[in-house]
Amino acid sequence: MDFQEAQGRLLASFDEVSHVFHKVPGSAILSRYIQTSYQNDPVRSILEVFLVIFFIRYLLSPSYPTHGPNYVKLREEEIDELVQDWEPEPLVPRQTPFEEAEADKLPVIVGPTGPKSKLSNGKTVTNLASYNFYNFNANEQIKEKAIQTLRTYGVGPCGPPQFYGTQDVHMKTEADIAAYLGTQGCIVYAQAFSTISSVIPAFCKRGDIIIADKMVNYSIRKGLEISRSNIKWFNHNDMEDLERVMQKVVKEQAKKKLTRRFIVTEGLFEMVGDSVDLPKLVELKEKYKFRIVLDETWSFGVLGRTGRGLTEAQNVDSSQIDMIVGSLAGPLCAGGGFCCGTRDVVEHQRISAASYTFSAALPAMLAVTASETLNVLQSNPEILTQCRENIKTMRAQLDPRSDWVVCTSSPENPVMLLVLKPDVVRVRELTYEDQERILQECVEETLNNGVLVTRLKSLPTIQSIGAPRDETSNIQPALKVCITSGLSKKEIEKAGVVIRHAITKVMTRKPNRQASVA
Amino acid sequence: MPRKISLPFTNNTSMPQTDKGGERSSQSKGNRLSNFFSPSPRSSQQLSAQQALMAVHNGSTPSVTAPSLSLPTISLSTATAGEPNLDEPNTTLFQPPSSEEVSRKRRFDAQFGPLVHPSHRYVSKHHGEGLTAPVIDDPPYYFVLTTYISYLLLIALGHIRDFFGKRFSKKQMYNTLQAAGGYAPLTDDFDSFYVRRLKMRIDDCFARPIIGVPGRYMSLMDRVSDDFNASYRYTGTHTETLNVSSYNYLGFAQSEGPCADAVEECIRKYGVSFCSPRADAGTSDLVIEVEREIAAFVGKPAAMIFSMGFVTNASSFPALVSKGCLIISDELNHASIRIGARLSGAVIRSFRHNDMDDLESRLREAIAQGQPRTHRPWKKILVAVEGLYSMEGTMCDLPGILRLKEAYKFFLFVDEAHSVGALGPNGRGVCDYFGIDPARVDILMGTLTKSFGANGGYVAAEPHIIAKLKSTNASTLLGESPAPGVLMQIMASLKLITGELCPGQGEERLQRIAFNSRYLRLGLKRLGLIVYGHDDSPIIPVPLYHPGKMSAFSHEMLKRKISIVVVGYPATPLISSRARFCVSSAHNKDDMDRLLAACDEVGDILQLKFSTGIAGGQRIPEGVTPEDEAQWRKENGLERTFEAPRWPLEDVIAAGAVDCKSKLR
Repeated sequence: MDFQEAQGRLLASFDEVSHVFHKVPGSAILSRYIQTSYQNDPVRSILEVFLVIFFIRYLLSPSYPTHGPNYVKLREEEIDELVQDWEPEPLVPRQTPFEEAEADKLPVIVGPTGPKSKLSNGKTVTNLASYNFYNFNANEQIKEKAIQTLRTYGVGPCGPPQFYGTQDVHMKTEADIAAYLGTQGCIVYAQAFSTISSVIPAFCKRGDIIIADKMVNYSIRKGLEISRSNIKWFNHNDMEDLERVMQKVVKEQAKKKLTRRFIVTEGLFEMVGDSVDLPKLVELKEKYKFRIVLDETWSFGVLGRTGRGLTEAQNVDSSQIDMIVGSLAGPLCAGGGFCCGTRDVVEHQRISAASYTFSAALPAMLAVTASETLNVLQSNPEILTQCRENIKTMRAQLDPRSDWVVCTSSPENPVMLLVLKPDVVRVRELTYEDQERILQECVEETLNNGVLVTRLKSLPTIQSIGAPRDETSNIQPALKVCITSGLSKKEIEKAGVVIRHAITKVMTRKPNRQASVA
Repeated sequence: MPRKISLPFTNNTSMPQTDKGGERSSQSKGNRLSNFFSPSPRSSQQLSAQQALMAVHNGSTPSVTAPSLSLPTISLSTATAGEPNLDEPNTTLFQPPSSEEVSRKRRFDAQFGPLVHPSHRYVSKHHGEGLTAPVIDDPPYYFVLTTYISYLLLIALGHIRDFFGKRFSKKQMYNTLQAAGGYAPLTDDFDSFYVRRLKMRIDDCFARPIIGVPGRYMSLMDRVSDDFNASYRYTGTHTETLNVSSYNYLGFAQSEGPCADAVEECIRKYGVSFCSPRADAGTSDLVIEVEREIAAFVGKPAAMIFSMGFVTNASSFPALVSKGCLIISDELNHASIRIGARLSGAVIRSFRHNDMDDLESRLREAIAQGQPRTHRPWKKILVAVEGLYSMEGTMCDLPGILRLKEAYKFFLFVDEAHSVGALGPNGRGVCDYFGIDPARVDILMGTLTKSFGANGGYVAAEPHIIAKLKSTNASTLLGESPAPGVLMQIMASLKLITGELCPGQGEERLQRIAFNSRYLRLGLKRLGLIVYGHDDSPIIPVPLYHPGKMSAFSHEMLKRKISIVVVGYPATPLISSRARFCVSSAHNKDDMDRLLAACDEVGDILQLKFSTGIAGGQRIPEGVTPEDEAQWRKENGLERTFEAPRWPLEDVIAAGAVDCKSKLR
């Protein structure tokens, strides 16, 4: 009875299914196909069924392997045990004694920064550590302008430039810089440090070729790293080596699809202080069809008759440089960075440069300050001459007179980098760390005598190069002396003497002398 | 010295003594910088008005957690403009305000709206039970299908135009796509396709330049394009619009008031810039003071600040993790976290947005399998999440993550870019919102751009972590230090929030944004629009789906003088293009009503009202409270029947102010 009932139900449901099946459009074709293909050959049908199943399984499986090739399958209890056992390292390692000492000695300025700054220990010192080359920070007219802007625009723009963060003052600053440099367009970023790290990956993609100078700064290195391009290096400021690398690239790429090629270098090198031979660079670029990305962070507002940078100093048309990146935060006493180029170059960055698109815009008052300082610089080029006089004065005190250090900066660079003479390093067998320590002592000794200077912070760059350090890159620890036009010739001379004597004192100190013996 | 005077009132008015309250000893500490907050006569006058108010209400000892109690009605607008408060007896005869005063008041109100009614406040706080993912309502299939068809059409048309353009057109645009003179094109044909062919069509909805302060209202520069958005011509006129697009959460985008006064004073004293990286000569007394204030505010022992929010993330990750470490990041994390993670050299994996089960399975797999290939155990695992996600309006499930953290011993990095200031009864971010001790989170990062109206970012953590970060972080060693004016804005806004400066104002700001967020969200739901995100989030995304509706919505809103943000692919998934409203304390209920009215009209025009009711907004009968709704549905067998909410605008506005204070339905 039960069995009959079940059979009845089964038949009914089978009828229902076949009814539904016949209702589906195309079902007749399918059943006819099965009937004709069966042909009393069950093996073939079974094979076909298998094929269909395999096909469905293949379609549903993920197109990539879910686990690596050496995935170890573990039981849940085993995983629990592993989780129990696992002990992570602390989030950050301990500070090294050198870092600790440095952090303790970090000068804290009370009140405004200027040629004479007051420190938290109550002493007033001559400040030769800020990039306040023209002392615009003390300019009342500029301050007044900033306050006016504050009273119209508030402080922060509260949004990224693409979402209502662009204010009319930003557009004006962009236009001002573009007009000043003579390029088609300009884009202003909210921070100078990250500008180039964002400009490079906006254009250089996987497969592109970048040739960079071995001494480029940290921001450029990070930009190169993010870009995932094919990176080649040439020896610092060695145009012959550059040409050799370029020839090699052209030869290698001759048969391949044409890719974008870039040369990345700096106007004034942050790590060395010297400048590149731009006319030669442009000549090579045109010859081998490369584009130039020039980082003028340290040369914009410094070199040239009116501070237009390296292009003005070496009489190169700015339109020949594809991208000029600069800073508004250093000598211009404002904030932010910029990139100049053709209109296409600029507009492309507005949507594809990460630190422009994903960050809030520059505060309006800083943008206005930048415009204002540019204006002052343009109309009073004698400010630059005065600063250069001071550089000469300081150089006379240090470079030829000191037995221990030599200045690697170019003669017009207000950031004077003093490195220990090669003989001294060789004779005393000073390691990188030794030199850092000695120079830190020099900084402290100088500060004790009322002059604030600083050290070149090259550690992050060294670390980013990685463990097997390239010998040829040869980054050397340096003392950094920043000249300002806010001091008289006498004061500069005096400061120079203090620095020279401090270096001599540190170098002739007992433990340092012993280092040479050991 | 206003701080000295204000001290007696701070204790019994503003901050409820939470567990973190004890650490804020800086209130009683005398500090050098306090004299910044006094000198302008305007602010002292305002303070005296408030002191009078405080004196009147001194006896009531109100508590912030119960907004229904009668709070002291300190309205920012009335206090500043010096109008007599209704609660006070009138002692002077009425004098019509001079035209100067009227224009000044108008200007002030355009930046920060007056509170319409004292009841329009709410305390942003999580109520017990675990954080549930918001219910996502799906549009009818018709809309999904037509969205895909729209994209297909756009892409096909774009390719056809490219195909013929490259062969026959002489336009400049096509030249830049092809190799010329031995140079490869600057942008790849394929890479730029989306921008050229899709974004360009609606380009006028983005990057609209503004004039002045992006406060409650902002003025857009009018522009027209004669060449399909390739370039713009500025007409020289401007339009004042209601601003629901800036991240001005607490309304600190102001050019008047105590913050701006303090900043002005600061620029006069310090100048515009410090002209040096922190590690050289850019460390000032001001920056150290601000770091201390921020650490105290977020409830961590130490903090450091950066001159840019993006760089805070991009340079902190490399200083924290390196090769041999693992970063597990939420799939919707911000680009800055992704770039920072990539620069660090650590292995990066992601987990499904806010999905704790997925995170747990990733953690188990990571710990069990160790590093790829070598199977060595990971040195450390860092989980990176955001407090409030800017495109989704969702909050991170912090209690859930902390539960996992205990079991799996990973380190936790919370990016509070959007949540600091905007969430929590004291505005201290997600920890405050969930009532969690900030010590349980290893690293709290945030920006100062948004809620504080300044610029830059901070990282707060244990002192040894901050000390190490300061000596290894590249942007501290080489990047510029924050400008003095910006620092002072941070300091002043922090002091306002905590109530050290102008007590009551900060609290009002915090409670107004919480009210506005809930009111607008409930209103939109009731109108029948789909909204994304958690209830207390001040970011309210409304999905539009069709690419064409993005520009249509933006233009329709602009016609009604409201500026909003529209976002599409690639910032969102392809089909859920959306409009995003960012609510601020500077708005009042009238502004929200204006926005609701506009959404009602535009929703009808653009067919945006297609919510089914599963995410809330339905009418429930009299006598049933939102809290009992689930019970009531169960009793009446209505668990699966939903009625699409299509409230008329009048009802939404009439009922919203009360209903938004109970559970949002």
